[in-house]
Amino acid sequence: MAQQLLDRYIAGSSVIHALDARVKLVLTIALIVCASLLPVGAWLALTAFTALVWAAIIASGVGLPTILRRSLLALPFLLVVVTVIFSVPGRPIFRLPLGFVTLTATDAGLLRFITIVWKSWISMQAALLLTATTHFLDVLRALQALHMPKIIVALMSFMYRYLFILVEEAQRLLRARDCRSAALQGSGGGSLLWRAQVTGRLVGTLFLRSFERSERIYVAMLSRGYTGELRSLRAQTLDRRDLRVGLVVGAILLIITAQAFVG
Amino acid sequence: MAIHELELPKLHTTTPAITLNQLSFAYPDGRVALQNVSVTINSGEKVALVGPNGAGKSTLLLHLNGVLGALDGSVRIADVEVRRDTLRKVRALVGLVFQDPDDQLFSPTVFDDVAFGPLHMGLAEAEVRARVVWALEQVGMQGFEDRMPHHMSVGQRKRVAVATVLSMEPQVLALDEPSAGLDPRARRGLVDLLQSLSQTMLVSTHDMRLIAEVFPRTIILANGQVAHDAPTDEILSNRALLEEYGLEMP
Ligand SMILES: Nc1ncnc2c1ncn2[C@@H]1O[C@H](COP(=O)(O)OP(=O)(O)O)[C@@H](O)[C@H]1O
Ligand SMILES: [Mg+2]
Repeated sequence: MAQQLLDRYIAGSSVIHALDARVKLVLTIALIVCASLLPVGAWLALTAFTALVWAAIIASGVGLPTILRRSLLALPFLLVVVTVIFSVPGRPIFRLPLGFVTLTATDAGLLRFITIVWKSWISMQAALLLTATTHFLDVLRALQALHMPKIIVALMSFMYRYLFILVEEAQRLLRARDCRSAALQGSGGGSLLWRAQVTGRLVGTLFLRSFERSERIYVAMLSRGYTGELRSLRAQTLDRRDLRVGLVVGAILLIITAQAFVG
Repeated sequence: MAIHELELPKLHTTTPAITLNQLSFAYPDGRVALQNVSVTINSGEKVALVGPNGAGKSTLLLHLNGVLGALDGSVRIADVEVRRDTLRKVRALVGLVFQDPDDQLFSPTVFDDVAFGPLHMGLAEAEVRARVVWALEQVGMQGFEDRMPHHMSVGQRKRVAVATVLSMEPQVLALDEPSAGLDPRARRGLVDLLQSLSQTMLVSTHDMRLIAEVFPRTIILANGQVAHDAPTDEILSNRALLEEYGLEMP
């Protein structure tokens, strides 16, 4: 259960899966940066990026519908952007009366809105493709190889290691609560106040347990020679072919982006 | 490596592996957990540590590698006195395995975990990799390098937990309740593993069958003091003694 919730990786043996995680990570970040740099209304470049990402998704075999479905998760966040339709000055296209204020939508605002949504959506898909075809641990190793500070990589790896345990612990506590509150549940689930209290206590317990566990883990690390400096094995050298793929795709991203500014 | 092997016989004959001398300890909240504990364990000896919950077993084990520092008395591992300035050395000598493998296994993969000790001892990369392979072989978990702890059974996790200290090639193994929570098959595997290892061992447990099978000597701890220290046969055949300390017949 916790597994499904947290693991976004879809096993496979496609070329995308096989590509070095470092190359994938750099390309994904490059695409997101390039997309965010595009000027308003760079439709050709956005179409080209979309084609590129979709081609990669199809080649990976994880399925375009899967990625699109996952990308819907970001939709609510995009609602925030709706405000630009009304706040950017330009030619009015329609009015939205809201009681005592009236919002005026402008053409420039609408164009900017569409550009932002498209940019975010394609960036989202690229990131989703990365997590669907790259095991989280390989992403971590890639981050480390790319000189992300060790402490941050370590924190993320601890988080990954203990999230599952934390979720299981929370589920156990919830089950215990449900067992004890069976009667109350029958009579409508208890008052809001009562439920808030129970939830508060649950979170408190969870926090205390995590805190105690972190102390034990620290002691376990000390016992095995940790003295404040994390060490790791050197990363493997990058495969020549993977490097070439990375350079070619990177060049394509740059050309598309440059084209949007020139054209 | 060669020097290592030459030194070993000397240790066997002259220096005990573990010497606790009048060890006392109280937690910061004032709770006295150990009182004048004196124990000598010879190299290669396998000793069980029993006693009711709260007797001080875990506290004692945490003194072996200096995670807890004695308030009074002293701890020696081989010929090294456990002090602030000898901690690195002591931690290479003593492999401490905690009760909950989820505390012991804090890395995302088995390989990373078993490599953690050797890496932080400052060993070269090739040596680290060799030790990981060797340690996993010792506990019968070869081929699990890329597995993640949360995808393994409790029994498997316990084995890997032992491997994480074996890879440091310690002279002393200190295990805290290793058989707690194991099903019969996993328990059997643990018994075989402990029998096959040649290190000096001090193992806390409530499992009297495990004691009968693996440990020739048993120490009973009660209220932070050594209540009895005798050959296991003697203790197991003394019904009154077992009852007094709430221990079960195997
Ligand atoms: N971190 C701590 N802080 C305060 N008291 C502790 C702590 N850990 C253990 N104790 C107390 O020290 C005593 C010995 O505990 P412990 O060594 O865990 O016993 P055992 O492992 O034999 O069950 C107990 O009374 C326990 O409550
Ligand atoms: Mg204990």
